[in-house]
Amino acid sequence: MLDERITAELVGDYIRELAASGQRKDGRAFDEVREIKIRPGTFTKAEGEAWVSLGATQVLVGVKADVGTPFPDTPDKGVLISNVELLPLASPTFEPGPPDENAIEMARVVDRALRGSNAIDMEALAIKSGELVYMIFLDMYALDHDGNIIDAFALGSLVALSRTRIPVVEVTEDGEMIVKEETFDLPIRDLPITFTFIKIGDALMLDPTLEEELVSDAAITISIDSSGRVCSIQKRHGSFRVDEIKRAVSIARSKYSEVERILREQGGLV
Amino acid sequence: MPLIVEKKPEVLITEDGIRTDGRGPLDLRPIKIQVGVLSRADGSAYLEWGGNRVLAAVFGPREVHPKHMALPDRALLRCRYNMAPFSTPERKRPGPDRRSVELSKVIREALLPSIFLERYPGTAIDVFVEILRSDAGTRVAGVTAASLALADAGIEMRGLVTAVAVGRVEDWVVVDPNHDEDQWGDADIPVAFLMEEKEITLLQLDGPMTQEQFDKALELASQAADLIYEVQKEALRRPYEAVRLEILRRGE
Repeated sequence: MLDERITAELVGDYIRELAASGQRKDGRAFDEVREIKIRPGTFTKAEGEAWVSLGATQVLVGVKADVGTPFPDTPDKGVLISNVELLPLASPTFEPGPPDENAIEMARVVDRALRGSNAIDMEALAIKSGELVYMIFLDMYALDHDGNIIDAFALGSLVALSRTRIPVVEVTEDGEMIVKEETFDLPIRDLPITFTFIKIGDALMLDPTLEEELVSDAAITISIDSSGRVCSIQKRHGSFRVDEIKRAVSIARSKYSEVERILREQGGLV
Repeated sequence: MPLIVEKKPEVLITEDGIRTDGRGPLDLRPIKIQVGVLSRADGSAYLEWGGNRVLAAVFGPREVHPKHMALPDRALLRCRYNMAPFSTPERKRPGPDRRSVELSKVIREALLPSIFLERYPGTAIDVFVEILRSDAGTRVAGVTAASLALADAGIEMRGLVTAVAVGRVEDWVVVDPNHDEDQWGDADIPVAFLMEEKEITLLQLDGPMTQEQFDKALELASQAADLIYEVQKEALRRPYEAVRLEILRRGE
């Protein structure tokens, strides 16, 4: 396969010319999200999971639950640990090894969207104050990289978390831990949806493909909660003017209900 | 602290040879394979085998980094077996451990004899095996998927490699051990065959066996591999078959 950086060099001018005349290479409108599909089936041993594709980009998100001691400053809250693996099978440019700065940035941006919107009721995850809480491991796995992995991760996380069922754990008076047969749904209080834009010249494009990402001048990721509030932002590479950022936020807010509907229909979210 | 507590079944195999999942000693678990599932990889395969879910991808032949690893007369075959953190009952810490390093090596050596590496001097062929869900027999599932991913990438090969495990549970030799048998059985033998010549390219054994049991185990592995080989070939043909049918349909 031709190195994607060479491909980007070859199609870069074409993508820029199209952008200047209001078009994209795949024929989408600037504010159009690629097709979102949630693959039915069981693919992991997780307590909640989702295999999500966004155009040709594919990710698999798994939620594992465990119990452990809470952080000292939040003795009555569960623990959420978000992790991103950019697997070498997803792209010729991803290499084996511990998460690099891009993977860590993505994990932290998705994590902040969840925390910023109070998507998970962390207080409901305390078992015994200061001693025992549920720990939620959110593992995001990139399988196929055709751009905008981060939005795919965020969508996959919402679906996987919404499907998560955890065994009930109780602590007896003697301090003994009992894992019960019965389970409970991870309490989800909000659905923050993440929208990534890139800038090419003056054009702001939602949900970039890999080619668009590679020729972009700047990128920004914005999360919107169910009441239309902005709950996390990450300017990534490049720079934006204030009016461009305002425009991106307003487009993200206007797209929220459309994406939310797809998640509810395909992801079985209630 | 794991939230899933495992219990050993009281009976692993009945007097009539019925196993904990209802199979007889010679029965394989259901296998489903799809090739060409990833857009960025040069070749890929997704495999469901019992409760296993495996994704294999091939990149190459491509430039070797670091350059000094390149071989002047043939391609460098590299292989990485990796388990997803959500592939096991208790979350697995991401990254390689001693087991996955060993499995990467034996999978590479299982595939190596099947590839005409001399056709691609100075290049690298990278094979990535991701275990998304583990349910006993992940290495043989990985080999079986990886060989198809190599074929899907159009790498020149002597033939496909097919792998299967056989095991011993008490006095029974069983094909394709399940989770219970893997955990509490008496022996486990993963085997891979280069199917054209029926050469064995992977063989490991863990647990005591008599000569008779071992001979029988190899015989059963060979028979089971023949069945899996058919599933592999069908999966490899399917995308082309779809194209052929489409051409016929348009011709009418």
